[in-house]
Amino acid sequence: MALPSYASPLERIWHRSYLVICALIFIFLIAPILVIIPLSFNAARFFTFTREMLSFDPAGYSMQWYDTLATFGMASPDAPRDANWFADMWANAKWVNAAKNSVLIGILSTALATVLGTLAALGLSRPEMPFRRLIMATLISPMIVPLIITATGLFFFYSSACLPEGSWLQQAFSPILSNRGCLANTHLGVILAHATLGVPFVIITVTATLIGFDQSLNRAAASLGASPRTTFFRITMPLILPGVISGALFAFVTSFDEVVVVLFIAGPDQQTIPRQMWIGIREQLSPAILAVATLLVVFSIALLATVEILRRRSERIRGITPS
Amino acid sequence: MASSLDPHAVIVTEAGSVSEGPLTTADGQPLQKALARSSRAARRRAFWLVAPLLAFIVITFVIPIGQLLYRSVHNDGFSANMPEISAWFAVTEPGTAPDEAAFTALAADLLAASEARSIGTVGTRINYDVPGTRSLFTSTGRQVRRGIEPPYQAALLEIDAEWGDAEIWAAMRGASTPYTDGFYLASVDRTRDIDGNVTMVAEHRQVYVMLFLRTLWLSGLITALTFLLGFPVAHLLATLPMRKSNLLMILVLLPFWTSLLVRTSSWMVLLQQQGVVNDLLVWLGVIDDGGRLAMMYNQAGTIIAMTHILLPFMILPLYSVMRTINPAYVRAARSLGATSWTAFRRVYFPQTLPGLGAGALLVFILAVGYYITPALVGGSSGQLISNMIAEHMTGTLNWSMAAALAAILLAGVLILYWVYDRLVGIDNLKLG
Amino acid sequence: MKKTLILTTALCGMAFGASAQEVNLLSWGGAYGNSHLEAYAKPFTAETGTAVNISDADNPATPIKAMVEAGNVTSDVASVEYADAVRLCDEGLLEEIDASALEAAEDGTAATDDYIEGGVTDCFVATDVYSMVLVYNDSQFEDAKPATPADFFDLEAFPGKRTMRKGAKFNLELALMADGVPADEVYATLETAEGVDRAFAKLDSIKDEVVWWEAGAQPPQLLADGEVSMAYAFNGRIFDAVQQDDQPFEIIWDGQIYEMEGWVIPMGAPNMDEALEFIAFSTAPANQARAAEFISYGPPRRSAAAMVGNIQGTEEPMGPNLPTSEENMTNALGSNLDFWVDYDSELNERFNAWLAG
Repeated sequence: MALPSYASPLERIWHRSYLVICALIFIFLIAPILVIIPLSFNAARFFTFTREMLSFDPAGYSMQWYDTLATFGMASPDAPRDANWFADMWANAKWVNAAKNSVLIGILSTALATVLGTLAALGLSRPEMPFRRLIMATLISPMIVPLIITATGLFFFYSSACLPEGSWLQQAFSPILSNRGCLANTHLGVILAHATLGVPFVIITVTATLIGFDQSLNRAAASLGASPRTTFFRITMPLILPGVISGALFAFVTSFDEVVVVLFIAGPDQQTIPRQMWIGIREQLSPAILAVATLLVVFSIALLATVEILRRRSERIRGITPS
Repeated sequence: MASSLDPHAVIVTEAGSVSEGPLTTADGQPLQKALARSSRAARRRAFWLVAPLLAFIVITFVIPIGQLLYRSVHNDGFSANMPEISAWFAVTEPGTAPDEAAFTALAADLLAASEARSIGTVGTRINYDVPGTRSLFTSTGRQVRRGIEPPYQAALLEIDAEWGDAEIWAAMRGASTPYTDGFYLASVDRTRDIDGNVTMVAEHRQVYVMLFLRTLWLSGLITALTFLLGFPVAHLLATLPMRKSNLLMILVLLPFWTSLLVRTSSWMVLLQQQGVVNDLLVWLGVIDDGGRLAMMYNQAGTIIAMTHILLPFMILPLYSVMRTINPAYVRAARSLGATSWTAFRRVYFPQTLPGLGAGALLVFILAVGYYITPALVGGSSGQLISNMIAEHMTGTLNWSMAAALAAILLAGVLILYWVYDRLVGIDNLKLG
Repeated sequence: MKKTLILTTALCGMAFGASAQEVNLLSWGGAYGNSHLEAYAKPFTAETGTAVNISDADNPATPIKAMVEAGNVTSDVASVEYADAVRLCDEGLLEEIDASALEAAEDGTAATDDYIEGGVTDCFVATDVYSMVLVYNDSQFEDAKPATPADFFDLEAFPGKRTMRKGAKFNLELALMADGVPADEVYATLETAEGVDRAFAKLDSIKDEVVWWEAGAQPPQLLADGEVSMAYAFNGRIFDAVQQDDQPFEIIWDGQIYEMEGWVIPMGAPNMDEALEFIAFSTAPANQARAAEFISYGPPRRSAAAMVGNIQGTEEPMGPNLPTSEENMTNALGSNLDFWVDYDSELNERFNAWLAG
């Protein structure tokens, strides 16, 4: 923002200080995220910059905390790093298991939220949709209702939502339900809960993409003889795809970062990265937590870049459609 | 192609045909009817697209929350385990002094509950209303099991004179039916006395009103802080050329995309007494080494960390509104002689209000329900109502109390959500 | 939806195939949890082939109650404090444990006779005697060193923040002892309303300077980070921090409060047989003695006490570090079981209200 030429000296001083203030706020926003990255390479068990680190002495830095991420929980972490060591790590290391759970739960809940959410967004953006406002408000509400309330409600619901004891249903579903045929302490329970939390994001992004979506394109396709299915996959889908993907990414991040609901409804087999972090932060805030945090920051940078690219692409595609 | 279900079939009415009856479609049906049918079909189709998700959300979200609300008014810890005395309460008037029949029923129930090991549940239920009575039930239960002789009134009073206390009988009467408003009363630090009048609880137990107020106050403060910090940044982003502002926008979006736990642990690292901020202040000579600031495990920790975490939710809506403000208005005001301050205050600022409203409401709604960050950095003075709900869920296991507190919080959030929908519109919620 | 279910089944089956025999242990995490892993779980798996899955809780007694009341029990064996075990047993939340399944001492003494008094009850088998002790970070006090409970409350002579366990138990006793109540009168005083008020008034005097911990691993961390200068913590965790990380922490044994803790089986545990087998294995005298070499908690079996050797990985004897050793017992207080069984929920409720206010 350039100052107009008629600005008074006082205004110039104010403008300078305004820029300084903005710079300080940007530092406030970004510094806490960046500061943990060098600290995760700390050779000492501290959360502060040691003298060696400040003088860029290589002795002040180390990869040991990243190494702990692999070895923590292993049966024999000190064994030579051969195939057996890797098998041990893959099976036993706590962070590795947490990552496996997080990815599995994240992907499945995202898939569920994206499919259901996209269909619903298509319906919601039709002008003839009945009770549009009320239904929209209901579907977005998981994002607004405090997580502790959702978690508490799900805790009660999952321990009461059980298949009848000894029925064929319970037999059939026993691999994915708890030993009493309930949703509590199961992967499925966490996946359903996370899908619920992810749905609002999919709806918001897809609905936003559908604003300005020209319905006459669909009619044109239909008039040229395309079936509704063909119309959807050949016309609608490519246009809303960027919105769908960024909605899916939001849903994935929501699941990947969610800890409150997991704390309440998950059992020991559903240890996820955030839950493992929660335990770590509460008990022993070792630099290993900062190593995880650093990896997660890198991950979020990648996601952010993807979403930005998609957003621009979406704007470009929609730019060619009349609105 | 023109089936009667096709909405476009109605267009094919013969414009030139002059008829006495109502307008008809090409295949001879009354236009009004065809129109109604086709719009009904379109509505049905739209609805069926939404239906799977709606059903999903109802099952995995609305019903669980309904169940939670039910728990806040329903607790059968006493009535289910003490059937005989509950039956006695059902047939007598409130305020009836307990007679030998009542004590006989009580003794029988105490024996049965003690043997079934549900006496703890019973005692816990009454303990909610009259603190300090849980042990009365468990210890009397143990002695009843060793054997007591009629008359039971005398026998029970001999075990513990507290059994003659009218307050306990009033509490048992209240708990003898599973439905109660007691947990809502307790949520606002109220209780019922022996005569059924609503009164304040003892002073050292008054905590919830204070916690609700603290939650509102801290959320308000955090909203104000995000506004103070977010406004200049949003303004800068909105007025810079697109290229530069896109670059700076990353500094806002990266925190937004970064894990909540990562950001909270960063703040723990920064704010510790031996942490980076204190080190920096000592190095700069602002404070001496002995006078390191306590910025964590207190309200300051909650405020700083939550302001940082919620700041993007203020900046983004402000930014998207500011982008649309035509700079010509401010220039016009200046050219008409307004000082820059007046031009800002009278012309620019009012135009940002929609963004400000959207951001402030969103930040406030998110803040009142925060749990993780206060739990980790808030100490005891930085705890919010959510933390008390969690404490009742996992610590004291007073689930009905947790449900009542959650219901009040939920009601507050839904009202704000409704206001948000009215003022901003949920459709206008933007992400990133 | 159906496809998702099938997919989930397939993926879960692939990634998380449950082993045939397992026992789920709910423990405390940190150094104490580690002693369970090293001294009990690993040898147990080696001997029987049954896998032991350990998960952690701040205090396993609370999730047990939550699990049983909600009807989804995932743990087979849990480690809880003595008073909690009796309380949970009273409430029907625990399975009874058959004491005859426990291993006899080497000289043939039956397990129930080999245990110190109260070590085996209906639902509880003790594993160790632990204690709550005052600790200070030696580097923070250069001249005078704190030595008594009263010093812990003296913010002028011994400045710095304190950390205490979030809860009424132990803190009320400590406050009274610091206020001049002799150890043997503490519980009699706490049974009166004035006594409770007095304890809370004493706690009030340092309330603003206290960081409250919930997980046993927090106090050594807070001391090491310099966040607090003194702590009221489990002696074993402090011992571990001194031993493993060379931390300059000093324990004040004056006014220590000791109590037993041990195994319980939550009502409706999924693997009852393995649970019993695990309990019998881990409470065998030799295994108890070995556990005491990992963390400084005393074995509750008489025959095991004599078998405790050196601190794991060193040549130093563990004996003097145990709360039960003679020189540490002067002015020690045994946690009063009956008192805490009766008053736990009342006093905790009051404590929570006090804390929030």
